[in-house]
Amino acid sequence: MHAEGFFAQAFVYLLAAVVAVPVAKRLGLGSVLGYLLAGAAIGPFGLGLVGEEGQDIMRFAEFGVVMMLFLVGLELEPTLLWRLRAPILGLGGLQVGVTAGAVAGLAVAMGLDWRAGVAVGLTLAMSSTAIVLQSLDERGVLGTSGGQSAFAVLLFQDLAVIPILAVFPLLAPAGAATAAAGEAHGTTWVGDLPGWAHTLAVAATVGAVVLAGRVLVRPAFRAIARTRLRELFTAAALLLVIATALLMTKVGLSPALGTFLAGVVLANSEYRHELESDIGPFKGLLLGLFFISVGASIDFALVASRPILVAALVAALVVLKFAVLAGLGALFRLGTDQNLLFSFALAQVGEFAFVLLSFASQQGVLASSVAAPLVAVVALSMAATPLLLLVNERLVQPRVGTPARADRAADAIDEQHPVIVAGFGRFGHIVGRLLRASGVGTTVLDIDSDRVDLLRRMGLKVFYGDASRADLLRSAGAEKARLLVLALDSPEKTLELVRLARHEFPNLHILARAADRQDAYELLEAGVTHVYRETLDSSLRMGVDALRLLGFRGYHAHRAARTFLRHDEESVRLMTGMRGDRAQYINVARQRIVDLERILLADLEEKSLDRDAGWDVESLREDARRGGVAPVALPGPGTNDRSGA
Amino acid sequence: MARVLVILAHPALERSRVNRRLAAEAREVAGVTFHDLYEAYPDFDVDVRREQQLLGGHDVAVLQHPFYWYSTPALVKQWEDLVLEHGWAYGTGGTALRGKWWLSALTTGGRESAYRPDGLNRFTIRQLLAPLEQTARLCGMEFLPPFVVHGTHRLEPADIDEAARQYRLGLEAIRDERLDLEAARLHPYLNTHLDAIVRPPSPDDAR
Repeated sequence: MHAEGFFAQAFVYLLAAVVAVPVAKRLGLGSVLGYLLAGAAIGPFGLGLVGEEGQDIMRFAEFGVVMMLFLVGLELEPTLLWRLRAPILGLGGLQVGVTAGAVAGLAVAMGLDWRAGVAVGLTLAMSSTAIVLQSLDERGVLGTSGGQSAFAVLLFQDLAVIPILAVFPLLAPAGAATAAAGEAHGTTWVGDLPGWAHTLAVAATVGAVVLAGRVLVRPAFRAIARTRLRELFTAAALLLVIATALLMTKVGLSPALGTFLAGVVLANSEYRHELESDIGPFKGLLLGLFFISVGASIDFALVASRPILVAALVAALVVLKFAVLAGLGALFRLGTDQNLLFSFALAQVGEFAFVLLSFASQQGVLASSVAAPLVAVVALSMAATPLLLLVNERLVQPRVGTPARADRAADAIDEQHPVIVAGFGRFGHIVGRLLRASGVGTTVLDIDSDRVDLLRRMGLKVFYGDASRADLLRSAGAEKARLLVLALDSPEKTLELVRLARHEFPNLHILARAADRQDAYELLEAGVTHVYRETLDSSLRMGVDALRLLGFRGYHAHRAARTFLRHDEESVRLMTGMRGDRAQYINVARQRIVDLERILLADLEEKSLDRDAGWDVESLREDARRGGVAPVALPGPGTNDRSGA
Repeated sequence: MARVLVILAHPALERSRVNRRLAAEAREVAGVTFHDLYEAYPDFDVDVRREQQLLGGHDVAVLQHPFYWYSTPALVKQWEDLVLEHGWAYGTGGTALRGKWWLSALTTGGRESAYRPDGLNRFTIRQLLAPLEQTARLCGMEFLPPFVVHGTHRLEPADIDEAARQYRLGLEAIRDERLDLEAARLHPYLNTHLDAIVRPPSPDDAR
């Protein structure tokens, strides 16, 4: 591809994204659907601006998936896996098992070979990690029980891809794999091997990647980190990703799987955060590229030629997946709202399906006449997700779920509370309890239906829903309340709410929880005067106890912490003003490091935390040694010595 | 015009009758800076530099508080220990407060008769205030006779009104430099001999 052609294509992709995504977000459809629409618009079946050869799009898509899975792997924390082991194995295992079984049964009933049926079932059991996590995060419901359940299922699916990819070659009819794989990747090393040997080779390669990640990569990164050239580190990270992808391609595996694995291996390493922050800036763009290519890969000619079949397949699939999810949600005792959220969120088929479908085609497990329409079905089901979530929010949940406001007894007076607490989680509930214990009436806004039900049973005045909705705030009494306590988990939501409240309800005095310094800067810049970094006070208390255990006197440690706190608060306010354009700094992680460096330097300049000269007798002793110049009395035992030694 | 700083120290102002009224009165006197110590430092984390700037920027410091255990509420002691630094308020180079005035304004539950050698408390208010007086002296300050409201538990609303009126008169006189220092030094309390100590405002004093 010559330069001009490349520029033209990059231009088209970027323009489509820049135009479509803001529009979609504005319409409340979410960024993922925006990218999908952008892709459909510029794809071969839309304006036909890109991908005439089809290959280009697939290459883009492949790289997007590869990068995404590397980051997904990198973010898989072993501790998180362990904490969620019960829902992951139970809920996730059952979801994949039951859905795959049901879909396979249907496929066989429709005339597919049983092996192809199993492949289709496993493929379609997947949900879209990227779409679901992004959608739930945007809504601020990732922390609710429904959100956590969805997260656990997605984790299981991510992990299940590995054995599924290993099993697919075994599902291939004899001889099919060789021909198909040879066709797809002319130079695989394992193309001539029989199925069982192929599987063995795959297992060996996976083992090699894990071993290399443990043994080779860390020393290599350590050496590279010592050069202190950041771009070299980024280059090394990309090299690692591409090398793994290449290796996997050579053994006939998906490169996406390989890099996912590489990510998981490196999730434990000390370079994890550095890798994340280095690759972070690419992540959003590549994800966008991936979704654009999914949008572009929808075969609209096929959809147009058999619209009813495709529509029926999409509908049947979504209904089936929804039914399985809802059943499992009930089995695992999710509340109505949470179960609806969980089931609607996961009812689509995910991006892994594209990987699995192309792999299955290569292996000869699926004929392309089966795979091609399925790609369209999968893409359409993904596109339907934001719409499904909207339907849930606007139509279903308001009718059957926890109501936005509680039905009060007819005689109860709708009292007006002076304080609105948005978010009654681990932070907000402490504020709310203190206020209640002091006899201050509080109105609570929360998005977790389980919590809302509980709080209502306890007699609190609770409004259920997204606190950044003006109408909900208004019905909670925002026009007459005095204080708005923002204790939401999501910094983005908090900022959104700050802007809304300052605009719509200028009467409200805002007290906002900030996750960290960066957040505090942004809140201060948004005009909030009362900003509370959520871990600051407990960190300081821990520091005080550490000092005391080292033998410092309790009051000295306490005063040191108070002084530190004041200095730190002052420096936050100072640096907020100094940041200027840097607030637009794209790489937040790097900005944090820069900030931390400045803070540490400032600490060095600060001579001592001991500012209590009033208790310092050094200068008094000095005076006494020189014969004393105090006008009335020299400090000394038994006199009115105010230094009291 | 003297610059007057009223420093209020009351840990439970919301439960107070007399001090709250006196504080409200002081707040309304034009040209007087009012500083609520327990409100500013609920955690006793006194900002030394800020306090020194406040003291330095005024000619008269009025320390208003209830009389707890023959002394001040605890935060005042913390404030003294930290703010009145050696080298700033006293000792070598400690001249920041020299020539300024100090007025203690306090309320006691006991009647004046209890603060006599034959009374329940055995010592007079002036005797019990010796530490504060000497503190002021060591800093080179003039310790004015204190403004004392006795028997607060038994005061009728009219009595409180009268105490508040006297407090305002005293603060205004100090502000307008109508207080006769020589006369003041002859009396134990400021408010019992207000007429003798304070010149009435003359037309010349009109601002």
